[in-house]
Amino acid sequence: MDSGMTVPAERSVVLDAGDMGRAIRRIAHEIVERNKGAADLILLGIPTRGVFLAQRIASAITPIDGEAVEVGALDITLYRDDLRLRPARALEPTAIPAGGIDNKVVVLIDDVLFSGRTVRSALDALNDIGRPRAVQLAALVDRGHRELPIRADFVGKNLPTALAEQVRVRLVEFDEIDEVTIEGGAR
Amino acid sequence: MRHLLSAGDLDLDEACLILDTAAQLASVSDRSVKKLPTLRGRTVVNLFFEDSTRTRISFEIAAKRLSADVINFAARGSSVSKGESLKDTALTLEAMGADAVVIRHGSSGAPHRLATAGWIQGSVVNAGDGTHEHPTQALLDAFTLRHHLRDGTGDLAGLQVAIVGDILHSRVARSNVLLLRTLGAEVTVVAPPTLLPFGVADWPCVVSYNLDEVLPNVDAVMMLRVQTERMQAAYFPSENEYSRRYGLDVRRMGLLPPHAIVLHPGPMIRGMEISADVADSPRAVMAEQVANGVSIRMAVLYLLLGGMTDDDRKEL
Amino acid sequence: MTLSTVIRGVRPYNEEPVDVVVKGGVIAEVVKAGSGAGRVVDASGLIALPGFVDLHTHLREPGREDAETIETGSQAAALGGFTAVFAMANTSPVADTAGVVEQVWHLGQQTGLVDVFPVGAVTVGLEGAHLAELGAMATSVAQVRMFSDDGKCVHDAAIMRRALEYVKAFDGVIAQHAQEPRLTVDAQMNEGLLSGQLGLAGWPSVAEESIVARDVLLAEHVDSRLHVCHVSTAGSVDIIRWAKSKGIKVTAEVTPHHLLLTEDLVASYDPVYKVNPPLRTGADIAALRAALADGTIDALATDHAPHPHEDKDCEWAAAAFGMLGLQTAFSIAVLTMIESGLLDWRALADRMSVRPARIGHAIGHGQGLVVGAPANICLVDPDAFWVAEPSSFASKSRNSPYAGMTLPGRVVHVYKAGKATVVDGGLAC
Repeated sequence: MDSGMTVPAERSVVLDAGDMGRAIRRIAHEIVERNKGAADLILLGIPTRGVFLAQRIASAITPIDGEAVEVGALDITLYRDDLRLRPARALEPTAIPAGGIDNKVVVLIDDVLFSGRTVRSALDALNDIGRPRAVQLAALVDRGHRELPIRADFVGKNLPTALAEQVRVRLVEFDEIDEVTIEGGAR
Repeated sequence: MRHLLSAGDLDLDEACLILDTAAQLASVSDRSVKKLPTLRGRTVVNLFFEDSTRTRISFEIAAKRLSADVINFAARGSSVSKGESLKDTALTLEAMGADAVVIRHGSSGAPHRLATAGWIQGSVVNAGDGTHEHPTQALLDAFTLRHHLRDGTGDLAGLQVAIVGDILHSRVARSNVLLLRTLGAEVTVVAPPTLLPFGVADWPCVVSYNLDEVLPNVDAVMMLRVQTERMQAAYFPSENEYSRRYGLDVRRMGLLPPHAIVLHPGPMIRGMEISADVADSPRAVMAEQVANGVSIRMAVLYLLLGGMTDDDRKEL
Repeated sequence: MTLSTVIRGVRPYNEEPVDVVVKGGVIAEVVKAGSGAGRVVDASGLIALPGFVDLHTHLREPGREDAETIETGSQAAALGGFTAVFAMANTSPVADTAGVVEQVWHLGQQTGLVDVFPVGAVTVGLEGAHLAELGAMATSVAQVRMFSDDGKCVHDAAIMRRALEYVKAFDGVIAQHAQEPRLTVDAQMNEGLLSGQLGLAGWPSVAEESIVARDVLLAEHVDSRLHVCHVSTAGSVDIIRWAKSKGIKVTAEVTPHHLLLTEDLVASYDPVYKVNPPLRTGADIAALRAALADGTIDALATDHAPHPHEDKDCEWAAAAFGMLGLQTAFSIAVLTMIESGLLDWRALADRMSVRPARIGHAIGHGQGLVVGAPANICLVDPDAFWVAEPSSFASKSRNSPYAGMTLPGRVVHVYKAGKATVVDGGLAC
């Protein structure tokens, strides 16, 4: 081969739009069940895609509980432990509901749970913003390989992966398609 | 971004990145814990060869809110003698391991020199050099304009801004003309001809000698301090004449469109370039400028030091 | 019986190759190539020019021997192809008495590499208030004929008039540093768009031109000789051209750096580009080159101004004004005047040797390559290129704006009164 082309990475869809919708609805149900309703709940999405997932989960909670649940965004960039490994990153918006998070139950929402470092950063960030009664964690995909003692309370899909593989979550709001794929790595 | 020496070094994307970053960081000032861990272990030196408590404190708060270690280094008296002291001071700071040096200096180009002479490795932030530039002031002014006259995002395309006063000696004016132009605003500088730089006709702005004609057409007017000492060098005949022709009083404020705002980089000389009732009016946004200054300086320090620096690269 | 030296196969002014025979310190004969008898120096491919004469050098001694001494400055001058330099008066103490100029003269003679002609101060302490004892300096062993407060302008019109008048008694000349002081308070660079952008106080052209205009009128009025130092603006050229057309006794010099470097370099804020008068614009450069070509400007003069490292390794405003020039002047002349076709080699010799010697009364210099003239000869390789490396310069200082530049034309051998001062580009002894 001298064409200079790269071999196309292997790519398989592990969740399609339908699967994703079902996973989100199940997470919504579990959140309401665990917290005995949606009162005092705040869903904080971790940008970028966690914010859209939080909105979707909130929409799925409303018909269950009948009440609108508060949604916000929590950028963790300034709390990352790997800032010095890359040039300075642009910040994403942080939007905390007006009433704050004190004595609320905060559900952090991320697309993929991997090393746990993002969640660690998010917990630090929350600590500077207020004192929630409890913090829970929801992830659309848990791909394993934790580097910190962190686990999710609500998982859309547990996905065993190799370290070299990449898990990609795409959402209509941002990527024009709903799907989760595994790419690269030797299968 | 390695240094911030001139507002003219920023392209539109970089300028917007700083403003957007500042917008995110502004919320930290409203929290009970006004601190972020981002620059833990970084050292920021405030190297002030001129007194400027306001600017120095603004940078100090900004660095501390990002958890950087801050050293205030007040150096004096270098401008008269040989200037050896800038180099020696720089070498001292380098030996101490400063990651960034925020420098205020009476000599135009001193920050540029500090960044390029090979004396230090760290980032250099120009906090005002001679009659050259003051880029963070221009950034905080742009941030304030964007907040009031746009929806707090994007550029300033089409905005009309007048900068009035001692343009010749003003580093604030130079940085503002450059940055506002980059952001798409249209700038008119207004001053007596003696207080305009030679060659101003070729600057990217409109030049006017008549404040009354300019005011009805602007979205914002930025008043600059006019030092009365300039009178000694015949830049203008008297304080009264200056104030009559170029001061912003209530009558002139009435010429502004209803939405227009009044800015001043401070410190103000009430009764000279701005009357007390204008300075205290709701249109004057000086207090916001000061608050925004902290957010802008946080953003600049974060973007310079919040990622991989040359030092980090060496350790890898 | 002194031995003859035959400079074999050399091309005077790049003309036909000849043998130049030097004997007893003078040019004994100029004969057909290969026919001269004596100790042979192979000079094939080299051009012979009369030894250069620099009307404007700062040797810093006495007072600032950390920057330059008469010895190191003489070495730099010899290596640059010069056989005579005029040493400016702004030393410490100022060369405003017969004692100081004689000291400079003697030190120059001791070093012996070039003839050092001291320039006397016009006013006591360069302060512009009282005339120095010009006559005493003129009749001293140094035989001073050129007087200048260089570094400062003789700005008082009455003092300038009296100085011009006074030196007529011994055919002296007043060399004026044309800078209107009130228009150049704290001035840092050429006044223009760039100075406004850089926030550096401007040094406007008019501050030079107004003094040049006044001085040529004064020189006309009192019928005396005026020399304008380091002309830097197109406007000054116009005034001098007009004055010459009127028959006014004015001469002028331009520096190599004002023929090559523009103010744009100042944007780096690197003080190596800080010089007085300041670097100007491309239009000024074009006018200065044209004026040197047509003879409106008579001489190339270096304004060699050594400064110790610490006076340049600092912020712009704190830095000293001035650049080294002696060891690069010839190459810059080649670059700006020969390569552009503005001057031929004979005319270059006129501007670097003949006319400056005449202006300053440099006895024994500037007589050209004629039989009977003192053998002040500079042999150059017009085709060589070299990289300017200030750390290898003979000067005690390093403030050359040409560091790292590849320059055309190399000084190979230099003879002062028949004695080799430079051999193969190095000092002879």
